[in-house]
Amino acid sequence: MDFMVFQYPMISVQACLDGILLGILFALIAYGMALQWGVMNIINIAQGDLVILGGYIAYFMYLYGIHPAWGVIVAPIIMYFIGVGLYKLVINKVVDRDLFISILATFGISILFMQLMNFAFGADVVLANSGYGTTFLFDSAVVLPNSKIFSAFISILFAICLVIYMKKSKLGRAIRATAQNARAAKILGVDTEKVYAATFGINAALCGVAGALISITFTIHPYMGLPYTIRSFMIVIVAGLGNLPGVALSGMGLGVFEEFADYILGTEFRIGAVFLLLVLILVYRRFKLSRKREYLK
Amino acid sequence: MSKNFILYAVILVFGLAAPFIFPAFKVQLSILCVLIVLALTWNIQGGEMGYNTFGNILFYGLGMYLCASVQVGMFFPLAEWTESGGEKTFVHTPAQFFQGMAVGLVVAAVVPTIVAGLIGYSILGLRGHYFAICTLGLGVAAGEISGGIEIIGAGQGFTTPPFPDVGGLEARGEFFYFLSFMAVVLTFIAVRAIYSTRFKLILNAIRDNEDKAEAMGIQTMKYKIIGWMISAFFCGLAGGIMGGLVGYIDSTDVAFDGREMGVFMVLMAILGGKGTLWGPVIGATVFHIFKEGFWTFFLGWQYVALGVLIVVIVIYFPEGIMGWLREKYPERFGEVVDEADRKAQVELK
Repeated sequence: MDFMVFQYPMISVQACLDGILLGILFALIAYGMALQWGVMNIINIAQGDLVILGGYIAYFMYLYGIHPAWGVIVAPIIMYFIGVGLYKLVINKVVDRDLFISILATFGISILFMQLMNFAFGADVVLANSGYGTTFLFDSAVVLPNSKIFSAFISILFAICLVIYMKKSKLGRAIRATAQNARAAKILGVDTEKVYAATFGINAALCGVAGALISITFTIHPYMGLPYTIRSFMIVIVAGLGNLPGVALSGMGLGVFEEFADYILGTEFRIGAVFLLLVLILVYRRFKLSRKREYLK
Repeated sequence: MSKNFILYAVILVFGLAAPFIFPAFKVQLSILCVLIVLALTWNIQGGEMGYNTFGNILFYGLGMYLCASVQVGMFFPLAEWTESGGEKTFVHTPAQFFQGMAVGLVVAAVVPTIVAGLIGYSILGLRGHYFAICTLGLGVAAGEISGGIEIIGAGQGFTTPPFPDVGGLEARGEFFYFLSFMAVVLTFIAVRAIYSTRFKLILNAIRDNEDKAEAMGIQTMKYKIIGWMISAFFCGLAGGIMGGLVGYIDSTDVAFDGREMGVFMVLMAILGGKGTLWGPVIGATVFHIFKEGFWTFFLGWQYVALGVLIVVIVIYFPEGIMGWLREKYPERFGEVVDEADRKAQVELK
């Protein structure tokens, strides 16, 4: 336990800013999760592994001398096709089935991806150095790497683009229609199979963007996927499906929570704190909902 | 009845003779026993109650840590033991070892049961996938948190007391085999006894429609918690035995290993056929034979194989071996098939 946070107020400012910038990234991943959950009614445990895979794409560009920031453009394109391929191979067989089947099947995919990445890229913790330098605020009391600001900016940009795309384009309208009522959409001539594939592809592309940004700002490691899945799941259930401002806000809240947990409990308990928070949120939700069901008793 | 009796007698005799028939596979057989226990207990939740949990690993890991800690802590200071990494400074005499193991196993079984009872009310109120993800989170959180606690070895792991010097490696293998075999027999008898009572029907009612079961006047929460406590009891026991068998406890790789044991127990129960008595036993056996037989071929690729296996089983074979047999030979399961009706249904498809 370390209570420096309370003695030096500037550390709290630092933690808040870090957390908000981090949370915007989480919100981007959670947006993808909400999209596929809402449209296809599946929960993708491999979400975090798609993120890490996107990160490795950016890292590889960095290794070959290309600036990793270009990964923000390349990773989603590659990831879109990986996502569509994954849908054609596995996901299309679990869409109409029990949710637990989708959880278990994507858990299998998650294990598969984890290990394949471990073979392909090694088990080292890596990061792609963007060389963006740092910004000092408040007489150097708060240190913000420019890469974090860059990543938050890019995430917001992508989120806005996606929202506009969903509102205006034909495919976006088809996706929203399918989310509302798949059968009715089918009757009205929407090829739901195609919509599902595109949704999963877009989700994977979003993960790719987030992963590329994470490889620039933080570190990536083949086994780090599951926490990202859990974070995005948590954000989605707190915000609710289809509530974009809510997703952004709860993402930032989670980021700030994590930074404070990091300072107060110590880094070794950071992931543990995230998972415990998930359990607490679900239990809170259960008691809130059970009050609504009271009439049954 | 008598046919079943002969079957059980044959299995019992085979189980008792197995370490002498296959002396080279004692450790593998012991692990198989532990796997069967885990699959049977998972089946109480996932198969009969319809609550697909990833969190039984919590009780398994808890039992593992508790058994080893009690075994050490009864005779030596625990903190110094973990700090020395289980070096030769402290040596258990045979009497101390067995006494510690016995007390440790009791604690390893009882404490997780209490924990399950305490958290049951909040966790089991969740439904469906929320429950699955919540229990997944519980297991991972337990692993991460135990990996930060100094007294049980934190990140570098915890060496369980080495087997005392009586009879060498052979005696060690036999001791752990019979211990785990006893656990299997105990679990099987308990589960079989449960499944022949009204309790199983209540669990099935919860699986089929919980709200209706509640409306029929069943206190579903009570039965769900009891079911979870029974699972926790045997999971903890299995964990305690496994800790001694492996000889080394690591927080995320051995004890709260959601990526291996946590998935294995789900997979084994589904492979065998969930919601049946024999399914988990068959599933665990088939899975273990497959794992041990082919893992060496996939050297280094075993997790890739595991991932593919999960996807294939879940998508193409969700009914499991027992479900497949039931489809194929319904009369063996005491089902009367109306041939005309069956044909009509097939034609409808």
